[in-house]
Amino acid sequence: MEEEIRLMKGNEAIAHAAIRYGADGYFGYPITPQSEVLETLAELRPWETTGMTVLQAESEVAAINMVYGGAATGKAVMTSSSSPGVSLKQEGISYLAASELPALILNVMRGGPGLGTIQPSQADYFQAVKGGGHGDYHLIVLAPATVQEMTDFVALGFDLAFKYRTPAMILADGIVGQMMEKVVLPPQRPRRTDEEIRQQCPWATTGKGTRKHRNVVTSLELDSALMEKNNERFQETYKRIAENEVRYQEYFTDDAEYLIVAFGSVARICLKAIEDARAAGLKIGMIRPITLWPFPTARIAELGKQVKGILTVELNAGQMIEDVRLAVAGSTPVEHFGRMGGIVPNPNEVIDALKNKLSVNL
Amino acid sequence: MTREEIIRPENKVYGRPELLMPVHTHYCPGCSHGVVHKIIAELLQEMNVADKAVGVAPVGCAVFAYNYIDIDWIEAAHGRAPAVATAASRLNPDALVFTYQGDGDLSAIGTAETIHAANRGENIVIIFINNAIYGMTGGQMAPTTLLGMKTATTPYGRRADLNGYPLAISPILASLDGTCYVTRQAVHTPAAVRKAKAAIKKAFQNAMAKRGTSVVEIVATCNSGWKLTPAQSNDWMVENMFPKYPLGDLKNVEPQQ
Repeated sequence: MEEEIRLMKGNEAIAHAAIRYGADGYFGYPITPQSEVLETLAELRPWETTGMTVLQAESEVAAINMVYGGAATGKAVMTSSSSPGVSLKQEGISYLAASELPALILNVMRGGPGLGTIQPSQADYFQAVKGGGHGDYHLIVLAPATVQEMTDFVALGFDLAFKYRTPAMILADGIVGQMMEKVVLPPQRPRRTDEEIRQQCPWATTGKGTRKHRNVVTSLELDSALMEKNNERFQETYKRIAENEVRYQEYFTDDAEYLIVAFGSVARICLKAIEDARAAGLKIGMIRPITLWPFPTARIAELGKQVKGILTVELNAGQMIEDVRLAVAGSTPVEHFGRMGGIVPNPNEVIDALKNKLSVNL
Repeated sequence: MTREEIIRPENKVYGRPELLMPVHTHYCPGCSHGVVHKIIAELLQEMNVADKAVGVAPVGCAVFAYNYIDIDWIEAAHGRAPAVATAASRLNPDALVFTYQGDGDLSAIGTAETIHAANRGENIVIIFINNAIYGMTGGQMAPTTLLGMKTATTPYGRRADLNGYPLAISPILASLDGTCYVTRQAVHTPAAVRKAKAAIKKAFQNAMAKRGTSVVEIVATCNSGWKLTPAQSNDWMVENMFPKYPLGDLKNVEPQQ
């Protein structure tokens, strides 16, 4: 398959991108608003072309543990779900992190808590960037704002997961999952051969074969001194990720007097608000974190010294704002504007929030 | 025959399997796990499949199985071994993937994963150690705990009205179209050990031939949890466990000729 321009939903793009990346397996369970991922994979039948395994599991719990089993054998495996389902996956995600296994997890967030709503939300920010499951660990968290980024972050997520041997998450919202946009699908990459996997993943439990040593994938270590060493190794990995993998995009920050911080689809609504405000003479800029973990702390700290105030706009009650406040460390006021329960703000509401919360005169 | 003649290598009739690692296990003296580990180690070697074997260890007393049998292992979260094995097997069709699970792991927290892996007919082997108690956490009630049996969480004996009934899960698994072989064995006598070994061998052969899911339940002792001597435990098992969990094949679909 060559590079191809198509019009499709973000969820469908994920399925195409997974096949074209040369992923080895997808394990999932239906839940709105992301069921199109599994449906599209089933329709595309990659097991007949690339040999990719696609399996509808009996639960989210089983699906993430299938990902754990596949990842343990060095394969590029993924799952997808939406908020309530991702809560069920947290046990498995903690085990993936603790066993230093690469994997890709997609969360197309819907409104919560509980069963909540099927409408878009960003209320799983804390769960994604602060751990989610038990123990000290981080996920690499990528926040797509477009269907193109949904596509591109499949490859980026897998590549980072394998580079650092840690699970990565695409934290999308229901808007990016459900909306249709033009997208450039990458050309087909061949799946790695078993021999390539043995070379690239000398830790993989593929059966001992001709290897001199056997491999054991486990997160259990009852000797506290050794368990602390394991934790130190995890933290060293997170430090390297934080130093090398921060990604963000800036808009109109050169002359900005006020700053918006927003991620995912909300950043696009904010961009329209900024254009309207600039037409009225107000110099507002925006930074859109692409990696929510690692967070663009250093750049936001710099911008905090430049601007008179910061507004975070989120589809939640105020979660990312905590990381923005930690970044600026009191150098400038940071306020939050959010809608919850599946409501998406319009650009005028964002401008009103700037006026009211940061006392900006328009 | 002189001593020198007897100890010649060609006269050797029994030895420690090479795949059984030369370490002390954490299992209590008298526990059935050691015998089942030995059977697995012998079979993987005799069948020449150790290089393709991937074991999936449970949470429970056998959590450290990977420390004792010298093959590749994946340590699963509690109850999730059949899901882990599903992907390991599907993504590595040449591998021999088996799970090793206790009664809590398989028939309590992992019931869903067990039933659905078996119902999909995954080409894996499930080895199920049923000793009717949670050994690792200190002797609490298992789904398979017998009525009247005293455990740390049923100190006055299991009562149906409070705790429900003992769960016989192998007959459920035998009723599923995805299983090709479901058998119940024990390892309390040399004859039983030989039968159990033949059963696990058949299960491994089924997995290699991709005939669906094979389940070998081993009705086992936990003398520490049962608070009996190893010998008393064997007798108690015969008298009390076997009536509820009778030994023998529950399902054996012979290969098509």
